[in-house]
Amino acid sequence: MIKQLFKFREMLLVVIIAMLLAVFSARSPGFAKPGNLANIFNDTSILIILALGQMTVILTKSIDLSVAANVAFTGMAIGMLNAAYPAMPLALIILIALGTGAVLGAINGLFVWKLNIPSIVVTLGTLTIYRGMAFVLSGGAWVNAHQMTAPFLQTPRQLFFGLPLLGWTAIVIVAIMYVVMSRTFLGRAIYASGGNPTAAVYAGIDVGRTRFYAFVISGTLAGLCGYLWVSRYAVAYVDIAAGFELDTVAACVIGGISTLGGIGSVAGAVLGSLFLGVIKNALPVINISPFSQMAISGSVIIAAVIFNARQERRRGRIILRDRGASEQIEVTA
Amino acid sequence: MKLLKKLALGSALALAMLASHAQAETIKIGLVVKSLGNGFFEAANKGAQEAAKELGDVEVIYTGPTSTTAEGQIEVINALIAQNVNAIAISANDPDAVVPALKKAAARGIKVISWDSAVAKDGRIMHLNPSSNELIGKMCLQLAANHLKDGKGDFAILSATTTSTNQNTWIEEMKKQLPNFPGLNLVTTVYGDDLSDKSYREAQGLLTSQPNVKVIVAPTTVGVLAASQAVADAKKIGDVYVTGLGLPSEMAGAIKSGATKEFAIWNPIDLGYSATQIAYRLVKGETDGAAGSEIAAGRMGKIKIGDNGEAAMADPFVYDAKNIDEFSKIF
Repeated sequence: MIKQLFKFREMLLVVIIAMLLAVFSARSPGFAKPGNLANIFNDTSILIILALGQMTVILTKSIDLSVAANVAFTGMAIGMLNAAYPAMPLALIILIALGTGAVLGAINGLFVWKLNIPSIVVTLGTLTIYRGMAFVLSGGAWVNAHQMTAPFLQTPRQLFFGLPLLGWTAIVIVAIMYVVMSRTFLGRAIYASGGNPTAAVYAGIDVGRTRFYAFVISGTLAGLCGYLWVSRYAVAYVDIAAGFELDTVAACVIGGISTLGGIGSVAGAVLGSLFLGVIKNALPVINISPFSQMAISGSVIIAAVIFNARQERRRGRIILRDRGASEQIEVTA
Repeated sequence: MKLLKKLALGSALALAMLASHAQAETIKIGLVVKSLGNGFFEAANKGAQEAAKELGDVEVIYTGPTSTTAEGQIEVINALIAQNVNAIAISANDPDAVVPALKKAAARGIKVISWDSAVAKDGRIMHLNPSSNELIGKMCLQLAANHLKDGKGDFAILSATTTSTNQNTWIEEMKKQLPNFPGLNLVTTVYGDDLSDKSYREAQGLLTSQPNVKVIVAPTTVGVLAASQAVADAKKIGDVYVTGLGLPSEMAGAIKSGATKEFAIWNPIDLGYSATQIAYRLVKGETDGAAGSEIAAGRMGKIKIGDNGEAAMADPFVYDAKNIDEFSKIF
């Protein structure tokens, strides 16, 4: 029954996005052309990947505010690496990006898991630390397009069936995340430890460890996006992706992922990102004053939250508690 | 009681020592920038250090917030006051918000000047413009005209945020001088907020919704870079050009790809150098910085202070494929 409702909700988001596209293409002909749609999807790819990471964390009743700082640090690190060692193969660079991101995510995860610090506090701290580290690493200098190698910059732009590799990367990540969330023990554990930590403990799930893995996933995806971001905009500097963590949270919230944990789906995160992506890409072409653009984006997010809050009904209640389980609940409350 | 006396004596001594210390020591000039980690300001610091070396008894404290906020700058200003600096030279994130903090500094005898991005008149002795706004506006139009056939056609502006002091002044000047460039037509102004992703999208939007626009003028470095990348990705190099204000090292890639033929910027090294020179002369009492007076600024010659206590350093400098390699190594 509940599952049915969610199916309905995601369908609703699809309908809303389609309606947006129709309205925008009425004001700006050509907006809904396949070529432009591919452009929008490509432009939203980074947000989709980061939102999937954010979703994983939010599902476990946590939040990762350090994703954008992680993107900035990893992007800066591999940008500098590419500038310093132009001969290094791209595959190795991407592996390093994934590794760096995973380590930064694991740091968040360890604090949440081992020290039981609320994730919002931990990641608020690491947000500043990671960006600060990017500054220390680079000394404030930029890595510019002419310092980067051609494969580094051009690979994500290669077209396959009309869509650049960047877009295909997002599709592959979406597929992997779908399988992980719905078909693996880890995926189910992530839902369980956010949806009902007490029950999860009874079911033999280590809630802390699951949260740790969620942060590692989020960090790894942020590391990947560090590379994608730097190659897309062909520049690495300390402020890249400033404030982008809020976009990832907004994408999740719009996509119906409950900030209380346990509720949400891969499709929701993707649709939430696409919703934001369509609006972001439409605002510049439909001649709306830049002053009202920010207000419009904000109102849309609040509208989505109100909608979600109305839909969100906590089911059941905890009737059995033991010490271990109740501690877990207090920490996250 | 005894303890209190001792404490009072001790702190009085310490104060006296501090005071004499400050007098005998070198002149401390706080160079406050919009944000740390920006190549432009790093270059300005290079010039400031050069001036300090030349003058001998000067120590330049290069500082600023990590993000471009007025709040961050106020904290930095308060920290500099606590460090007993002799002068503050600031490039402001907000012309008005920093005024109270700067007034507090002035009340303690600190000489305050602004450079690059101005502080409101009450908050400073004088303001050093890298160039005059009029000249920059004219230069941007000239660059747009140079990229168009016979200097005639449509262009659009891609700016930073809607509240950026610098960019808004320059855009205002461009609009004022537009009649001097017959045939040049400003279609629209869009704002990329100095974020790569938003600037990129705005440029992309211009390419699709304004097919007649052949030149995008971006008077901000993040904007000009993002627009160049958007033009390159849309495979419109040679059809649409991007120009504006940017640093040579950051623009080298765009020049090489052909998305930009030429762009302009003043020399930030000279700017930091001149600001330090002027701050030094003010501290030494060689000048009062009043309107109409002239201040000697080392190798930059004499800088004349005009209306509103504003001074212009020099004309913006044009960079193209011929000189980009040479300058991209410097800043």
